[in-house]
Amino acid sequence: MSDPRLSPRTALRLATLSPLALGLGFGWAPAAADTVNVYNWSDYIGETTLEDFTAATGIDVTYDVYDSNDVLEAKLLAGSAGYDVVVPTAQPFLARQVEAGIYQPLDLDQIPNVANLDPVLMEQVARADPGNQHAVIYQWGTNGFGYNVAMIEERMPDAPVNSWDMMFDPEVVAQFEDCGVTMLDAATEILPLALHYLGLDPNTEDSEDLAAAEALLMSVRPYVKYFHSSQYINDLANGDICLAIGWTGDVLQAAARADEAGNGHEITYVIPEEGTVVWFDTLAIPADAPNPEAAHAFINFVLDPATMAGITNYVAYANAVPASLDLIDPEVAEDPRIFPPQAVLERLFSVSVVSQRFERERTRTWTRITTGQ
Amino acid sequence: MSRKGFLPLGDRLSRGAPALTASGLDPLRRLWVAGAALAGRLGLSGRTLVIALPYLWLLLFFLIPFAIVLKISFSEPLIARPPYAPLVEWVEGAYLEIRLNLGNYLFLAQDSLYAAAYLNSLKIAAVSTVLCLLIGYPIAYGIARAPVTWRMPLLMLIILPFWTSFLIRVYAWIGILKQNGLLNNLLIGLGVIDQPIQFLHTDFAVYVGITYSYLPFMILPLYATLERLDPALLEAAADLGCRPFKAFLTVTLPLSLPGILAGSLLVFIPAVGEFVIPALLGGPDTLMIGRVLWNEFFNNRDWPVASAVAIALLIFLVAPIMAFQHIQSRQQKADAR
Repeated sequence: MSDPRLSPRTALRLATLSPLALGLGFGWAPAAADTVNVYNWSDYIGETTLEDFTAATGIDVTYDVYDSNDVLEAKLLAGSAGYDVVVPTAQPFLARQVEAGIYQPLDLDQIPNVANLDPVLMEQVARADPGNQHAVIYQWGTNGFGYNVAMIEERMPDAPVNSWDMMFDPEVVAQFEDCGVTMLDAATEILPLALHYLGLDPNTEDSEDLAAAEALLMSVRPYVKYFHSSQYINDLANGDICLAIGWTGDVLQAAARADEAGNGHEITYVIPEEGTVVWFDTLAIPADAPNPEAAHAFINFVLDPATMAGITNYVAYANAVPASLDLIDPEVAEDPRIFPPQAVLERLFSVSVVSQRFERERTRTWTRITTGQ
Repeated sequence: MSRKGFLPLGDRLSRGAPALTASGLDPLRRLWVAGAALAGRLGLSGRTLVIALPYLWLLLFFLIPFAIVLKISFSEPLIARPPYAPLVEWVEGAYLEIRLNLGNYLFLAQDSLYAAAYLNSLKIAAVSTVLCLLIGYPIAYGIARAPVTWRMPLLMLIILPFWTSFLIRVYAWIGILKQNGLLNNLLIGLGVIDQPIQFLHTDFAVYVGITYSYLPFMILPLYATLERLDPALLEAAADLGCRPFKAFLTVTLPLSLPGILAGSLLVFIPAVGEFVIPALLGGPDTLMIGRVLWNEFFNNRDWPVASAVAIALLIFLVAPIMAFQHIQSRQQKADAR
């Protein structure tokens, strides 16, 4: 390139080349016989789980993450996603996906550790997956909120820290606007909570109920900094925000990270006294999984009490393998925020599948709440 | 004045194709010659082949995907794999039933969300394009006027950021703009502000992100036009008593118009459909059509409406570009005379 003159043609080619190369890099994953392609939620696996699995079975793991059920569902519905094990939430996602026929029935002979599962919890999932044919429970948890103890106390010493008032009472939330309030960015996560707070059926399909929930959320909307389903973990840990609707383990991970960083931020998680959403994330194998045998081996390995204990210790979510409880750090196993006592369990509810029409209405409402349009 | 140098974008790209294929290793060249001879015997001249190649490319990578999206936009959503109903079906083995669902397009017209998202995307893209032009023009001008030995290194500096992933560069802006980020800490350190300013998750951050990411697309075509300007024209203007600034306005600026237009299109078109930058840097109220598309596709699982949104976006974008090409080719003909 001795000629410093650049023709418009070369300029264009140079300009278009890089993003093109970038685009080609996406979506390519090598497939081999002794590999399992796992597609899981972000920050949702034990520190050594994958290495341990490879060491135990000789199967390599290709690991990829997402932070929304919708992304997983779109990939699965498109087909040929190339994943062997995925982690859909039981309601309403797994339920709908089982109906659409995108999972293969599990071969229980290849998963002897299924015997370790808590039958009471599996019964809950059977409402989404009749007969528990396609999925087993991976972890389960609640939607609550996390907050920065010092920041909240400084702004409102008598804050109702055990109630959804923290999030849904405009007069309370307004106090925390300057230190940062966030919510998960998913209609299916937040709208049922707002409905429940108003004393309405969280699984309603009534447009008027939805309008009431919208009005409630609009009243606190001015104080919400952003809607995002994973960013709040780091932001809580770093003190960039002080109050966030989030999932049990994610908030507790934020607390652990703040602790590790030694930045003086104390984060805690609350299951509000009014009750909240409980959900079950499940392990399932897509019908077109390229390595179904490896997938079964992976699920079996994860359901081993020792493996499960390692995962729960790290992600701070509850699991459905009672034998793992003895192996879990006592501070996790005895944490009522992770394994809630019976009295709290009774106040939890799960969301269910709604009609396509209502789903659209709900998403539209959510767009109006988040964008004002 | 001849404007031969500025061809429509498609032409420019296609003219690059033969040069790419003809250069190569010796056996490759022999194969090329043999192929050309065979084609000649079949009545296909090299010229026809050369013209056919870009068309084949367009057919494969533009027209066919477009047809697939168009097809989906006329179907109905289903909970199945794939999540939409087939358009054409054999009924009772004898009747070919074609069902066109126009409802998706009607739906776009009925809900103000889509129009608002389109308009806001156009606004954000337009403002970003103007910002790119205001920043990019002086840079391109500076490089074009720099000593010859300096030009290539300077251009490399413009292109160099492309060697880092686009995503990482956008993430870097999060680090700069966030509450405890570089910018806020710098401003507080300098004593300009006491409280951190909310930069991240605002429209401001989206403008910064888009302008930063697309700036090279503005600079490169601008540089290409500015660099080919004959300095004698400016000398002539000066000799005739024109002040430098006026000479810039009456000579340089009009002559660089093709570069301005090409650069603006290269920035504007991708900016309208931008999804990643507003998703990472924008606030929840940053409404852009890319995000609406995402919602339709992922939250509503409504591929047909998502496809209808995409087709509508294409029409809104293609119409002005075709008008632009049309005006340009007319101008070229007029200039040639």
